[in-house]
Amino acid sequence: MTDTAISVRGLNHFFGAGEARKQALFDVNIEVGRGSLTILMGPSGSGKTTLLTLMGCLREVHAGSVRLLDRELFASDEGTRIDMRRRLGFIFQAHNLHDSLTARQNVMMGLQVHGRGDPARHVQAADHLLGLVGLGERLTYLPGNLSGGQKQRVAIARALVSNPDIIFADEPTAALDKVSGMAAVRLFRDLGRTRGTTTVMVTHDPRILDLADRVVTLEDGRIVEDRRASLPRNITPGPA
Amino acid sequence: MTAFLARLLGRLPIGYLQLMHNPGRLVAALAGVAFANVLVFVQLGLAGSMAESVAIPYRLFQPDLLILSPLESETLSDASTLPRQRLFQALVHPDVTGGTPIYMARSTWLSGQDASSSIQFFGLAPDAGEFFHDALAGPLVSLSLSDTALVDTLTRFVDMRSFADATPDAPVPFEMQGRQLGAVGTVSIGGGFGGDGVFLVSDQTFFHLFPGRSSATPSHILLALAPGADPGRVADELTRLYPPDTVRIRPVTTAMEAEVRYQMTERPTGLIFAFGVAIGMVVGIVIAYQVLSADVADHLREYATFKALGFRQGFFVGVILEEAIILAAIGFWPGLVFSQLFYQALAYLTNIPIFMTPERAVAVFVGTILACALSGILAMRKLAAAQPADLF
Ligand SMILES: Nc1ncnc2c1ncn2[C@@H]1O[C@H](COP(=O)(O)OP(=O)(O)O)[C@@H](O)[C@H]1O
Ligand SMILES: [Mg+2]
Repeated sequence: MTDTAISVRGLNHFFGAGEARKQALFDVNIEVGRGSLTILMGPSGSGKTTLLTLMGCLREVHAGSVRLLDRELFASDEGTRIDMRRRLGFIFQAHNLHDSLTARQNVMMGLQVHGRGDPARHVQAADHLLGLVGLGERLTYLPGNLSGGQKQRVAIARALVSNPDIIFADEPTAALDKVSGMAAVRLFRDLGRTRGTTTVMVTHDPRILDLADRVVTLEDGRIVEDRRASLPRNITPGPA
Repeated sequence: MTAFLARLLGRLPIGYLQLMHNPGRLVAALAGVAFANVLVFVQLGLAGSMAESVAIPYRLFQPDLLILSPLESETLSDASTLPRQRLFQALVHPDVTGGTPIYMARSTWLSGQDASSSIQFFGLAPDAGEFFHDALAGPLVSLSLSDTALVDTLTRFVDMRSFADATPDAPVPFEMQGRQLGAVGTVSIGGGFGGDGVFLVSDQTFFHLFPGRSSATPSHILLALAPGADPGRVADELTRLYPPDTVRIRPVTTAMEAEVRYQMTERPTGLIFAFGVAIGMVVGIVIAYQVLSADVADHLREYATFKALGFRQGFFVGVILEEAIILAAIGFWPGLVFSQLFYQALAYLTNIPIFMTPERAVAVFVGTILACALSGILAMRKLAAAQPADLF
């Protein structure tokens, strides 16, 4: 075991083929330490989601290396990727809940991926997580009856319920109000401190930057800035 | 229901919950499955009624008899004739206890302005009741009076109600082949694809009606065997008794099965029905595939999310099988009911022997489940190849 949760080296990524072939990532290098909270920033179309899905085993790595928890994803087989996905918690840009399942059932799916288990324990764990994100009163609601922010919180609970080693979150706070957005990020950071859970998160929210250990900025598929919290900050976001 | 299925499957019954979540789509999917069922049932019903109508005339005979037919004949009704001599030759065999000739011919009954029915006539010896279906033995005796007939109440295109009360004491007159006949009773046989009805007359009356035919050349000969005699062996021994290649000798049931096979596989009508069954099945499977692949497409984003959570292809196959089995098992019943109604309407309108058999219902039920399951697995393949990130 090393202290590095994620190690990206020389990562390039292309979409399409032939004439339409377009490069979305250019020689990306990044090391993420265990238990840290890293924020990915950058304008729309800069490649944040692409990078996140490559690290999250949702896309095949074609060029370069991505090591996740000491497993190489480049040229990995589907079995390896499935094993890795089970150790991750992914929170999507769109909440991606299952419409016909209640909030509780959606969260339970995060546990059922690990096998049969005790259904009563699954219910208990799901209810506990939903309580943590403030949805203790909405356990049996279908997604159709939840607000955008509530749905996003269900998605957060689903990602956390199986105690993942790494959390990938793609603009999870976009649909959340100020209070619950901050609460979610604090939850990620606390999990990092207590359990060593690593979080990589895309966000545009300037208030959250203060909670991060590190802020990485992408532009046109390249890392243009990589700031550690320990370093002095000389840029104030927003208009002067 | 959810709890029961969850226990059964060892996971949340995603397929069931998905189907129940959208009643409109569920009803459409069930309608698709039911329609596919009706299609297959109708085609099987038509093919079955074709086979059934071929078999009907053979049921007039006792099933344990041997039937002698001209060699070149594949069918009962289109056969040429054979010498009655063959009957006397057969009686020499120790296991043959008796025999009777059968005379067959077709006639047209002009029953109205421009309505006509094709009638199959059987000329039978009135005292040969033992060779025929038990229910015929009594009525046959009443044919000994010249120019009498037993008429078929199920004859198509004719209103047979006036014959309902025909008895030997009060015969109902009618005219055929230019002769005045008296109906002295009725039978319920029915036509099929080859004709519209069956009339029975005595052999003597038959020669009056068809002067070109003689008692020396029957259409077929029925032979009764001694109890315990093996029909197959006797048939072989008789074949050797006759000049080579003159006569075809088979147990009645074998001859019936052979004609069904012949009519279904070598005659245009039968081929059309067999083709209809094949088309019905193909279209049924295509509909099942459409229903299930549309369902997969509708849920692709949700499945991709599950895939991102780390579920394997086996899980998705399980979900689609769950849906396929539910759809097949529920959609079958309205399909069965509609098919039954369709059969009844068709039987009523055309008098063809079309009806549901338990074997057919079970076969279609199993076939529906298999078709849906297979379609579902095929439809799920597009998920297997996809990367989750491309599906959101
Ligand atoms: N599936 C795809 N097919 C083709 N191009 C894509 C696809 N996904 C993203 N892209 C392109 O890759 C670039 C980066 O996209 P993305 O990673 O979604 O950016 P961000 O998340 O930073 O907004 C964009 O130019 C986008 O158009
Ligand atoms: Mg994005």
